[in-house]
Amino acid sequence: MSMFRKDGKKTMPGITSGSLSDIVFMLLFFFMVTTQMRDNEQKVMIRTPYASESVKLERKDLSSYINIGTPVRKLQAQYGTEPRIQLNDSFKSVDDIRDFIAAERESKSEQDRAFMTVCIKADRDVRMGIITDVKQELRRCSALKIMYSASKSE
Amino acid sequence: MGKKTPEINSSSTADIAFLLLCYFLMTTTMGSHTGLSRRLPPMPDPNQKAEDQKVNRRNLIVVKINSQDRLMAGNEALDVSMLKERTKIFLSNPTDDPNLPDKEVKDIEGLGKRPVSKGVISLQNDRGTSYQAYIAVQNELVKAVNELRDEASMREFGKKFAQLDEDRQGIIKELVPQQISEAEPKDVGKRRR
Repeated sequence: MSMFRKDGKKTMPGITSGSLSDIVFMLLFFFMVTTQMRDNEQKVMIRTPYASESVKLERKDLSSYINIGTPVRKLQAQYGTEPRIQLNDSFKSVDDIRDFIAAERESKSEQDRAFMTVCIKADRDVRMGIITDVKQELRRCSALKIMYSASKSE
Repeated sequence: MGKKTPEINSSSTADIAFLLLCYFLMTTTMGSHTGLSRRLPPMPDPNQKAEDQKVNRRNLIVVKINSQDRLMAGNEALDVSMLKERTKIFLSNPTDDPNLPDKEVKDIEGLGKRPVSKGVISLQNDRGTSYQAYIAVQNELVKAVNELRDEASMREFGKKFAQLDEDRQGIIKELVPQQISEAEPKDVGKRRR
């Protein structure tokens, strides 16, 4: 087995790691392009319902989110286990939706305001009562384009 | 030029890039947002008379979901799996049944005169209905409309609806409209939130 005998004279040429940084940068750019900044902390637990016919949201920048679900375990001691509405970063009631929609509208550019979509992200075990309230409030604010958040497969 | 400038050691750039990569992995989320798109009806004008909005009885199917997530469509109890077929028959009315929706002959641009169903699906839910059941029913209704659109586009253009260009999709949408109305909420049954 002379193949494996070490001669001691020959040294293996070191693997150049110069291209390693390029590879990692490539990965970095991939993630920078495909992901988006997590804009707010999730304070309610949401497991989206299933719907096989769900379609992709066209303009992500024109959508605002209303989260509905039970508070996360950490906050249950403070807020209880009843489903709550989360707007931006805090728990709100149905009456606050009006201000929220007005603020969201204000933040969009003039010509895009008509295309604003309100995305209702609700847990699948939430009762429809709270969602009906939200829907009625949205109608009153004439934010009529809505989307029920749902995942495509189980 | 007597001296050669020493090369900058570049082995740590990989580490820096890794650090940046980890930062982005932590702070961002994968953006895959899907759902069912809907348009809410505008708030009714308080001065408007209720009779104006009345739809002919045969053109309306009422889908109700109660607080036990049971389903009723057009006065009969149904399972969710049956709803799609029921809706398809209702919307297409293949045998021109006088109890099923009327068809109106419309002049559609690019196709000529075609009968268009006047059927409207009215969805009513209880405050106690679970969101999953509600979305499941919405999904079935959308699926029924999508399948009818697929059939119509196969008939007219020989292609599936998704493979048509935008103009033709518009034509098919006019031919098979998606008329799902979410009725005014009614408080029936035990109040459970």
